[in-house]
Amino acid sequence: MIWNPDAEKADRKDMRQHQIQSLRNLVEMVYNQVPFYKKKFDDAGVKPEDIKTLEDIQKLPFTTKNDMRETYPYGLVASSQAEIVEVHASSGTTGTPVVDAYTEKDIDIWSDAMARTLAMAGATPKDVIQNAYGYGLFTGGLGVHYGTRRLGAQIVPISAGNTAKQIAVMKDFGTTILTCTPSYSLFLAEAAKDMGVDFRDLPLKAGCFGAEPWSNNMRQEIEDKLNLSAHDIYGLTEIIGPGVASECDAKNGLHINEDYFYPEIINPDTGEVLPEGEKGELVFTTLTRTGTPIIRYRTRDITYLFRDKCSCGRTTIKMHRLYGRNDDMMIIRGVNVFPSQIENILVNIEGTEPHYQIILTRGEKHLDEIEIQVEVEESIFSDETRVMENLRNKISETIKSKLGINGIIKLVEPRTIVRSEGKAKRVIDNRIL
Amino acid sequence: MTINQISVFLENKSGRLADVTKVLADGEINLRAMTIADTADFGILRLVVNNPDKAARILEENGFTIRITKVLGIEIDDKPGGLHKIMELFKENGLNIEYLYASLENKNQKAVVIFKVEDVKLGIKIIENNSLVAISGNEL
Repeated sequence: MIWNPDAEKADRKDMRQHQIQSLRNLVEMVYNQVPFYKKKFDDAGVKPEDIKTLEDIQKLPFTTKNDMRETYPYGLVASSQAEIVEVHASSGTTGTPVVDAYTEKDIDIWSDAMARTLAMAGATPKDVIQNAYGYGLFTGGLGVHYGTRRLGAQIVPISAGNTAKQIAVMKDFGTTILTCTPSYSLFLAEAAKDMGVDFRDLPLKAGCFGAEPWSNNMRQEIEDKLNLSAHDIYGLTEIIGPGVASECDAKNGLHINEDYFYPEIINPDTGEVLPEGEKGELVFTTLTRTGTPIIRYRTRDITYLFRDKCSCGRTTIKMHRLYGRNDDMMIIRGVNVFPSQIENILVNIEGTEPHYQIILTRGEKHLDEIEIQVEVEESIFSDETRVMENLRNKISETIKSKLGINGIIKLVEPRTIVRSEGKAKRVIDNRIL
Repeated sequence: MTINQISVFLENKSGRLADVTKVLADGEINLRAMTIADTADFGILRLVVNNPDKAARILEENGFTIRITKVLGIEIDDKPGGLHKIMELFKENGLNIEYLYASLENKNQKAVVIFKVEDVKLGIKIIENNSLVAISGNEL
């Protein structure tokens, strides 16, 4: 089922017409309503009337994650307080989260985009959707919730965690579609096996998996173990949450909801826009949002855009599954973490520049594990084991409370961590996705 | 009165202790006493040697993390209750022990116990007030 054929099967010319009209309105609105954008546009010497064609979008300055942090909480909001009906935020592990404020219209866009996403995975009003994304400030839970309601399917708002209950609910409520992170789906599969539940006996038919990197190998494993069709979904808090792009049954790239979210691929070093088919950094502009409209947001995600005659009949532009990122952000069990955050914690505890290395693995239970190796310098070395163990526990507890991740802290001898040209490689990612 | 003990941080991996003993052997350092405190991931080797300054220098030059700590070496009567006598004195004076290990005196083969105490000054006072025999690193 194609949920919104007017948009998803739109004629190219109509889509471009919609996009340019929306872009003009958007630029006019943010210039007049958001001082941050007015200043940015003025500094770049661009006025709303300079935007005449879609290509003119290249005249507009980029927006970065840092811009969003500096304008925390409401510096990018384009509507009045009375018009804002909901707020979400990124995990905010650095202390300053990224805030997304939604108007009623934004929630309407989100609901439609998510209804499209679920329909793309095969959902109909008859389906039972078990939503194991976290409910709360995180966009995953409510994004799927709104999409399910819009579609008219049945939502099971179980949220994340409580694995035994997930399995019981899946069985008892007759779940047909599962939404969660891909690694959690495999974790569920293991748990079900331990509980003596066979997925072949369950009516599950599809899953919408996102919020962390995964691969086609992992898809194969999920499909085998959970006996369902696994679909990749893409989204980010800065743009709206889930619902930006997702896979249809062809599973050859993700259809972007380009009537809402205008994509570009740029050269991350020069900012120059690259043609379709060329790999670079993905950039999004929210064409129709009114709460927190975003101009040319640099996602740091690496992919390329392409168009094909998709067997599903949709005409929207596609993005290839993500290749990775062009910054050092790590996604650990759905939590975004930068190595610099770990470094800051170590500096605060040790009082000196630490030598450390982060090793990521995906364990037997298919969940991400993070090990942080810290070289023991003389400044932190003690002849008492108690002192050393306290140090290790303090690092581990601080990382848990500040970043929300459980790390294994390993104290290692100096020069254990290989330095290339004096600079250590901070992250070793051994996860097989 | 006190001994300069050298502690070395060691990861629990095979051959690491041999790496330390090689550095000391090559540097012609004589080991007087030693103990290892170990945890699941790492160990702390504690050494008393004939030339702590040199030992510290060559270990550092070879990339080991070391620490020099002042510890007390006290001669113990080689008979039942020998150690207990010292323990009672520490207890009476409220001196806490972080760790201890035993060794032998070089000259007359008497038992020596090496103490890392919370308050070294208090430890020295107890030794002096009770006419205990403190052993230096060279006498071990």
